Amino acid sequence: MSGDRLPEDPPLVQGEPTLLSLDKDISTPFESFPTKRWWIAFLIVQPMAIAFLVSFVYTIATGIGSWGNNNPVGWGWAITNFVFWIGIGHAGTLISAILYLLRQKWRTGIARFAEAMTLFAVVCALQFPMIHTGRPWLAAYWLLPLPNSNGIWVNFRSPLLWDVFAVSTYGLVSLLFWFTGLLPDLAIARDRATHKVRKLVYGILSLGWNGSNRAWSHYEKAYLLFAGLSTPLVLSVHSVVSFDFATSIVPGWHTTIFPPYFVAGAIFSGFAMVATLIIIMRKYFKLQHIITTDHLDVMNRIVIATSLMVGYAYMIEIFISWYGGVTFERYAFMNRAMGPYAWAYWLMVTCNVCLPQLLWFKKIRSTVLLMYPIVILVNLGMWLERFVIIVTSLTRGYLPSSWDYFAATWVDVGLLVGSFGLFLTLMLLFCRFLPTVAIAETKAILPGSQPSGGHHD
Amino acid sequence: MTDAAMSDRKLVGMIGLYDDPDSLVHAAETVRDAGYKAWDCHTPYPVHGLDDAMGLKPSPLPYVCLIAGGIGASAAMYMQYWMSAVDYPVRIGGKPLFSWPAFVPITFELFVLFAALATMGGMIALCKLGRWASPLHDNGVMAEVTTHRHGVVLNASDANFSEDAARKLLEGTGCKDIRPLYESSEDGEA
Repeated sequence: MSGDRLPEDPPLVQGEPTLLSLDKDISTPFESFPTKRWWIAFLIVQPMAIAFLVSFVYTIATGIGSWGNNNPVGWGWAITNFVFWIGIGHAGTLISAILYLLRQKWRTGIARFAEAMTLFAVVCALQFPMIHTGRPWLAAYWLLPLPNSNGIWVNFRSPLLWDVFAVSTYGLVSLLFWFTGLLPDLAIARDRATHKVRKLVYGILSLGWNGSNRAWSHYEKAYLLFAGLSTPLVLSVHSVVSFDFATSIVPGWHTTIFPPYFVAGAIFSGFAMVATLIIIMRKYFKLQHIITTDHLDVMNRIVIATSLMVGYAYMIEIFISWYGGVTFERYAFMNRAMGPYAWAYWLMVTCNVCLPQLLWFKKIRSTVLLMYPIVILVNLGMWLERFVIIVTSLTRGYLPSSWDYFAATWVDVGLLVGSFGLFLTLMLLFCRFLPTVAIAETKAILPGSQPSGGHHD
Repeated sequence: MTDAAMSDRKLVGMIGLYDDPDSLVHAAETVRDAGYKAWDCHTPYPVHGLDDAMGLKPSPLPYVCLIAGGIGASAAMYMQYWMSAVDYPVRIGGKPLFSWPAFVPITFELFVLFAALATMGGMIALCKLGRWASPLHDNGVMAEVTTHRHGVVLNASDANFSEDAARKLLEGTGCKDIRPLYESSEDGEA
């Protein structure tokens, strides 16, 4: 696939900025004092973040019994939230790594922001299995192969352990990738800084980057390698998450379609989340000429494509449960669509499969006010998808005498809302202190920034 | 500070500044052909074709990445074998003690983890990052080459270097803005 752009393609950056005006546009938000609007956003988010802290402390002090989890439903909202947040992160890696390998130059405008989102989503995701262990301070002993006084090791045949390795590797590699991308921009921040402390902090973080081409040569190779490593990594992470379900024998979980289905769903929800946040960010920081409606248009096309994949997976699941002829499997899917959680199932289908079809219209794809409700509802729909998969299968297993209904408690709600608070707080701090658009990378794609000799792509 | 005031400080190099990438690439080719070894270009973003113009060899990072990944994967498989089949064997689900297919996901993850960490470390070492001091800072040109201009730096450590020859070489590339780079003064003030 070629990233060569045709003359009729829309410009990647609008308004013909120069190298210096680009620095200024992107750096102003983190160089000036926080605006009133930033403070309002921050103050709205803080009660949510505090809700996380309260629910967290209450859970640890009281026990997991304070959640809605009951005897058949051992996973409940915690694992729903975990899978949801991990999925959110996937769009960031897709944009930063896979689109980089495919030479999609439009990714430049949104890559930094999406990568930050990945990191913070992984931070949120990790909270839930940690809290779910009940005693997070001992979690390292249960989750990692550490020597202990019993002399026993973790079970490497368990997909839950694969998950520990997959998610922690994913988090760490995403951090390295993000930091690598930040290096030249931190140097710009350092050299633009007028205050001594700012100069010192950005200076230390930039590791002394000086734009040397001997360094750029290795740097670009490293960036390519990170992209190459992250691509199979991101596909493996949600596949491994899906193994948590697929390798069990629970009806509704034991299906081979799960890995690709989960990966498609993750990219779907991730892109919806990127759009949800970046639409606000570009308006707040006046970056509409760098993150253009064409960017949003392309992201919405990916949303449609992945929505169709997810819709296909829903249909195949139902078909195979009927075609496979296993009573329990058939019942699991009948129960999803018509049982006590039918509301969640149909809301999920509406949000994930029906509504995104509106994005086939160019007008809706490129009008912020029209696409915004759709991407918000996709976020809701994808959370419900994980809820439907986990809860409907667990509430009604093989033995009807152990069936039970799952209802969330205020602690569950507090943790979910609180995880959004944590996530948004981190996002706001990121926007406050770091360049939200990759400056050096955007400079490299400005018209006239590359030599006119024909020996490059 | 004027050139005269700096003249008692040691000259460490000469920088020529360019405003467009074409003249930079041309200048890089000229310096390369003049046989300089200790020199560099400084650009605000990666400029295509500059590696060839400077005559740089391809980065060895892919080998670092591959070797580290191989070590990570081998270590992961061996760790799982040793812990599951040697140190504390537990029979689970009637599977063999060394049920290697179940160990593949973690082997893959540690391949990626080791490869990524080594790539990061290798990049920091090869790019000579972590050296915060630079004559570019001391002479106030850093902010120009990290934001909007391209610089060609000839180091005084090169055998071909002399103040006049360096200036002449840069002038020959059509450079309009040539500045000597001095060592920072004793008190650290530039």
